[in-house]
Amino acid sequence: MAGGQPRARSNAKVSLLNEPDSIRAVEREILEAASTHGYPEAAQFAIRLALEEAVFNAFRHGHKHLPDEPVLVDWTVSRGSVRIVVEDRGPGFTPDAVPDPTHEDRLELPHGRGVMLMKAYMTQVEYNDRGNRVTMVYQKPQDD
Amino acid sequence: MAQADARLRVRKQDGVVHVEFVDRNILDEANIQQIGEEISSLIDSESAPRLVISFSNVDHLSSAALGTLITIHNRMKAKKGQLRLANIDPQIYEVFVITKLNKLFDIHDSTEQAFASFR
Repeated sequence: MAGGQPRARSNAKVSLLNEPDSIRAVEREILEAASTHGYPEAAQFAIRLALEEAVFNAFRHGHKHLPDEPVLVDWTVSRGSVRIVVEDRGPGFTPDAVPDPTHEDRLELPHGRGVMLMKAYMTQVEYNDRGNRVTMVYQKPQDD
Repeated sequence: MAQADARLRVRKQDGVVHVEFVDRNILDEANIQQIGEEISSLIDSESAPRLVISFSNVDHLSSAALGTLITIHNRMKAKKGQLRLANIDPQIYEVFVITKLNKLFDIHDSTEQAFASFR
Protein backbone atom coordinates (compact mmCIF):
# COMPACT_ATOMS: atom_id res chain seq x y z
CA MET A 1 0.00 0.00 0.00
CA ALA A 2 3.04 2.32 0.50
CA GLY A 3 1.10 4.57 2.84
CA GLY A 4 -1.56 5.44 0.28
CA GLN A 5 -5.23 5.43 1.15
CA PRO A 6 -7.42 2.93 -0.68
CA ARG A 7 -9.61 4.82 -3.12
CA ALA A 8 -12.73 2.64 -2.90
CA ARG A 9 -15.25 3.35 -0.16
CA SER A 10 -14.63 1.04 2.79
CA ASN A 11 -18.04 1.05 4.39
CA ALA A 12 -21.64 1.99 3.70
CA LYS A 13 -25.21 1.45 4.83
CA VAL A 14 -27.43 0.71 1.89
CA SER A 15 -31.18 0.35 1.67
CA LEU A 16 -31.57 -2.24 -1.03
CA LEU A 17 -34.62 -3.03 -3.15
CA ASN A 18 -35.12 -6.42 -4.76
CA GLU A 19 -33.69 -5.35 -8.09
CA PRO A 20 -30.81 -7.25 -9.70
CA ASP A 21 -28.98 -4.06 -10.75
CA SER A 22 -29.09 -2.59 -7.24
CA ILE A 23 -27.95 -5.85 -5.67
CA ARG A 24 -25.11 -6.15 -8.18
CA ALA A 25 -24.02 -2.56 -7.50
CA VAL A 26 -23.62 -3.20 -3.76
CA GLU A 27 -21.88 -6.47 -4.43
CA ARG A 28 -19.49 -4.76 -6.85
CA GLU A 29 -18.68 -2.02 -4.38
CA ILE A 30 -17.92 -4.45 -1.55
CA LEU A 31 -15.76 -6.60 -3.81
CA GLU A 32 -13.90 -3.55 -5.11
CA ALA A 33 -13.16 -2.52 -1.55
CA ALA A 34 -12.04 -6.07 -0.75
CA SER A 35 -9.80 -6.09 -3.79
CA THR A 36 -8.33 -2.71 -2.82
CA HIS A 37 -7.59 -4.09 0.63
CA GLY A 38 -5.76 -7.05 -0.83
CA TYR A 39 -8.30 -9.83 -0.40
CA PRO A 40 -7.43 -12.69 -2.77
CA GLU A 41 -9.82 -14.03 -5.37
CA ALA A 42 -10.89 -16.97 -3.20
CA ALA A 43 -11.86 -14.53 -0.44
CA GLN A 44 -13.85 -12.43 -2.87
CA PHE A 45 -15.62 -15.55 -4.12
CA ALA A 46 -16.54 -16.42 -0.52
CA ILE A 47 -17.73 -12.92 0.37
CA ARG A 48 -19.77 -12.62 -2.80
CA LEU A 49 -21.43 -16.00 -2.28
CA ALA A 50 -22.31 -15.29 1.35
CA LEU A 51 -23.63 -11.82 0.55
CA GLU A 52 -25.81 -13.14 -2.24
CA GLU A 53 -27.20 -15.92 -0.09
CA ALA A 54 -28.00 -13.51 2.75
CA VAL A 55 -29.69 -10.98 0.47
CA PHE A 56 -31.55 -13.72 -1.42
CA ASN A 57 -32.82 -15.18 1.86
CA ALA A 58 -33.86 -11.74 3.13
CA PHE A 59 -36.00 -11.05 0.07
CA ARG A 60 -37.20 -14.59 -0.63
CA HIS A 61 -38.08 -15.57 2.92
CA GLY A 62 -37.96 -12.46 5.12
CA HIS A 63 -39.89 -10.31 2.68
CA LYS A 64 -42.11 -13.02 1.27
CA HIS A 65 -45.11 -10.88 2.17
CA LEU A 66 -43.27 -7.54 1.91
CA PRO A 67 -42.12 -7.53 -1.72
CA ASP A 68 -41.67 -3.77 -1.99
CA GLU A 69 -39.79 -3.29 1.26
CA PRO A 70 -36.03 -2.68 1.21
CA VAL A 71 -33.41 -4.80 2.92
CA LEU A 72 -30.64 -3.04 4.84
CA VAL A 73 -27.04 -3.92 4.04
CA ASP A 74 -24.40 -2.45 6.35
CA TRP A 75 -20.86 -3.34 5.31
CA THR A 76 -17.31 -2.55 6.34
CA VAL A 77 -14.14 -3.70 4.65
CA SER A 78 -10.88 -3.28 6.53
CA ARG A 79 -7.41 -4.71 6.09
CA GLY A 80 -8.08 -7.65 8.36
CA SER A 81 -11.75 -8.43 7.89
CA VAL A 82 -14.96 -7.86 6.01
CA ARG A 83 -18.14 -7.43 8.02
CA ILE A 84 -21.56 -7.51 6.37
CA VAL A 85 -24.89 -7.12 8.15
CA VAL A 86 -28.07 -7.93 6.24
CA GLU A 87 -31.35 -7.03 7.92
CA ASP A 88 -34.87 -7.53 6.66
CA ARG A 89 -38.20 -6.38 8.04
CA GLY A 90 -39.75 -9.81 8.14
CA PRO A 91 -40.71 -11.91 11.17
CA GLY A 92 -37.34 -13.67 11.27
CA PHE A 93 -36.57 -17.35 11.47
CA THR A 94 -34.68 -19.85 13.61
CA PRO A 95 -31.49 -20.72 11.73
CA ASP A 96 -30.75 -23.70 13.98
CA ALA A 97 -34.06 -25.22 12.90
CA VAL A 98 -32.97 -25.40 9.27
CA PRO A 99 -32.30 -29.09 8.62
CA ASP A 100 -28.93 -30.30 7.34
CA PRO A 101 -29.20 -30.11 3.53
CA THR A 102 -26.28 -32.53 3.10
CA HIS A 103 -28.18 -35.37 4.74
CA GLU A 104 -28.75 -38.16 2.25
CA ASP A 105 -32.53 -37.84 2.54
CA ARG A 106 -32.39 -34.14 1.70
CA LEU A 107 -29.86 -34.09 -1.14
CA GLU A 108 -32.57 -34.08 -3.80
CA LEU A 109 -34.45 -31.15 -2.26
CA PRO A 110 -33.86 -27.99 -4.30
CA HIS A 111 -33.71 -25.58 -1.37
CA GLY A 112 -32.24 -25.04 2.10
CA ARG A 113 -28.53 -24.56 1.31
CA GLY A 114 -28.10 -20.80 1.69
CA VAL A 115 -27.40 -20.63 5.43
CA MET A 116 -25.04 -23.58 5.26
CA LEU A 117 -23.04 -21.96 2.45
CA MET A 118 -22.82 -18.69 4.35
CA LYS A 119 -21.45 -20.57 7.35
CA ALA A 120 -19.07 -22.60 5.20
CA TYR A 121 -17.55 -19.59 3.45
CA MET A 122 -17.51 -16.93 6.18
CA THR A 123 -15.42 -16.97 9.35
CA GLN A 124 -18.39 -16.05 11.52
CA VAL A 125 -22.15 -15.97 10.92
CA GLU A 126 -24.51 -14.83 13.66
CA TYR A 127 -28.22 -14.08 13.75
CA ASN A 128 -30.03 -11.81 16.15
CA ASP A 129 -32.64 -13.39 18.41
CA ARG A 130 -35.51 -12.52 16.10
CA GLY A 131 -33.67 -14.04 13.16
CA ASN A 132 -34.18 -11.14 10.77
CA ARG A 133 -30.61 -9.84 10.91
CA VAL A 134 -27.48 -11.75 10.04
CA THR A 135 -23.95 -10.51 10.77
CA MET A 136 -21.22 -12.15 8.74
CA VAL A 137 -17.48 -11.69 9.14
CA TYR A 138 -14.74 -12.83 6.82
CA GLN A 139 -11.33 -12.79 8.46
CA LYS A 140 -8.50 -12.40 6.01
CA PRO A 141 -5.98 -15.21 6.47
CA GLN A 142 -2.77 -13.92 8.07
CA ASP A 143 -0.49 -15.19 5.36
CA ASP A 144 -2.22 -13.26 2.54
CA MET B 1 -33.07 -27.87 -32.25
CA ALA B 2 -34.71 -24.55 -32.90
CA GLN B 3 -33.46 -22.93 -29.73
CA ALA B 4 -32.70 -19.24 -29.79
CA ASP B 5 -32.66 -18.74 -26.05
CA ALA B 6 -30.98 -15.83 -24.38
CA ARG B 7 -29.59 -17.71 -21.39
CA LEU B 8 -28.43 -20.97 -22.94
CA ARG B 9 -26.52 -22.29 -25.92
CA VAL B 10 -27.98 -25.60 -26.95
CA ARG B 11 -26.83 -28.11 -29.53
CA LYS B 12 -27.46 -31.77 -30.13
CA GLN B 13 -24.70 -34.19 -31.01
CA ASP B 14 -24.94 -37.99 -31.33
CA GLY B 15 -28.27 -38.02 -29.53
CA VAL B 16 -26.91 -36.01 -26.60
CA VAL B 17 -28.16 -32.52 -25.81
CA HIS B 18 -25.33 -30.19 -24.86
CA VAL B 19 -26.21 -27.09 -22.88
CA GLU B 20 -23.88 -24.19 -22.10
CA PHE B 21 -24.67 -21.11 -20.09
CA VAL B 22 -24.40 -17.72 -21.72
CA ASP B 23 -24.00 -15.94 -18.37
CA ARG B 24 -20.80 -16.11 -16.38
CA ASN B 25 -22.79 -15.62 -13.23
CA ILE B 26 -25.90 -17.80 -13.02
CA LEU B 27 -27.33 -16.03 -10.02
CA ASP B 28 -30.17 -13.67 -10.68
CA GLU B 29 -33.44 -15.22 -9.68
CA ALA B 30 -35.02 -14.30 -13.01
CA ASN B 31 -32.08 -15.81 -14.91
CA ILE B 32 -32.17 -18.95 -12.84
CA GLN B 33 -35.88 -19.36 -13.38
CA GLN B 34 -35.49 -18.86 -17.11
CA ILE B 35 -32.59 -21.31 -17.26
CA GLY B 36 -34.67 -23.87 -15.38
CA GLU B 37 -37.63 -23.43 -17.72
CA GLU B 38 -35.48 -23.64 -20.84
CA ILE B 39 -33.75 -26.84 -19.72
CA SER B 40 -37.04 -28.34 -18.53
CA SER B 41 -38.58 -27.80 -21.95
CA LEU B 42 -35.54 -29.49 -23.51
CA ILE B 43 -36.02 -32.47 -21.20
CA ASP B 44 -39.73 -32.62 -21.93
CA SER B 45 -39.09 -32.70 -25.67
CA GLU B 46 -36.98 -35.89 -25.43
CA SER B 47 -37.77 -39.41 -24.35
CA ALA B 48 -35.03 -40.82 -22.09
CA PRO B 49 -33.02 -37.62 -22.61
CA ARG B 50 -29.25 -37.54 -22.42
CA LEU B 51 -28.02 -34.17 -21.32
CA VAL B 52 -24.62 -32.59 -20.73
CA ILE B 53 -24.58 -29.25 -18.95
CA SER B 54 -21.27 -27.48 -19.38
CA PHE B 55 -20.17 -24.80 -16.92
CA SER B 56 -17.24 -23.57 -18.99
CA ASN B 57 -18.46 -19.95 -19.02
CA VAL B 58 -19.59 -19.88 -15.40
CA ASP B 59 -17.49 -18.27 -12.67
CA HIS B 60 -20.09 -17.96 -9.95
CA LEU B 61 -23.35 -19.49 -8.79
CA SER B 62 -25.71 -19.53 -5.85
CA SER B 63 -27.76 -21.97 -3.83
CA ALA B 64 -30.75 -20.97 -5.97
CA ALA B 65 -28.85 -22.11 -9.05
CA LEU B 66 -28.00 -25.36 -7.26
CA GLY B 67 -31.72 -25.72 -6.55
CA THR B 68 -32.51 -25.39 -10.23
CA LEU B 69 -29.89 -28.02 -11.08
CA ILE B 70 -31.46 -30.38 -8.54
CA THR B 71 -34.89 -29.80 -10.05
CA ILE B 72 -33.39 -30.64 -13.45
CA HIS B 73 -31.79 -33.75 -11.97
CA ASN B 74 -35.11 -34.85 -10.51
CA ARG B 75 -36.90 -34.22 -13.79
CA MET B 76 -34.30 -36.21 -15.68
CA LYS B 77 -34.63 -39.05 -13.21
CA ALA B 78 -38.41 -39.09 -13.66
CA LYS B 79 -37.90 -39.40 -17.41
CA LYS B 80 -35.22 -42.05 -16.98
CA GLY B 81 -32.76 -39.69 -18.59
CA GLN B 82 -29.04 -39.32 -18.00
CA LEU B 83 -27.53 -36.07 -16.83
CA ARG B 84 -23.85 -35.12 -16.79
CA LEU B 85 -22.24 -31.92 -15.56
CA ALA B 86 -18.89 -30.84 -16.99
CA ASN B 87 -16.19 -28.19 -17.01
CA ILE B 88 -16.86 -26.92 -13.53
CA ASP B 89 -14.40 -24.31 -12.24
CA PRO B 90 -12.55 -25.55 -9.11
CA GLN B 91 -14.05 -22.83 -6.90
CA ILE B 92 -17.54 -23.76 -8.02
CA TYR B 93 -16.80 -27.45 -7.70
CA GLU B 94 -15.96 -26.76 -4.06
CA VAL B 95 -19.54 -25.52 -3.59
CA PHE B 96 -20.72 -28.90 -4.88
CA VAL B 97 -18.39 -30.65 -2.44
CA ILE B 98 -19.47 -28.55 0.56
CA THR B 99 -23.12 -29.23 -0.20
CA LYS B 100 -22.28 -32.87 -1.04
CA LEU B 101 -24.00 -32.42 -4.38
CA ASN B 102 -20.92 -33.94 -6.01
CA LYS B 103 -22.45 -37.21 -4.79
CA LEU B 104 -25.79 -36.50 -6.44
CA PHE B 105 -24.48 -35.33 -9.81
CA ASP B 106 -22.35 -37.19 -12.31
CA ILE B 107 -19.58 -34.62 -12.79
CA HIS B 108 -16.86 -34.79 -15.44
CA ASP B 109 -13.73 -32.71 -15.93
CA SER B 110 -14.46 -31.95 -19.57
CA THR B 111 -17.38 -31.96 -21.98
CA GLU B 112 -15.56 -34.61 -24.03
CA GLN B 113 -15.34 -36.91 -21.02
CA ALA B 114 -19.02 -36.31 -20.27
CA PHE B 115 -19.95 -37.25 -23.84
CA ALA B 116 -17.68 -40.29 -23.74
CA SER B 117 -19.40 -41.52 -20.58
CA PHE B 118 -22.58 -42.20 -22.57
CA ARG B 119 -20.80 -44.71 -24.85
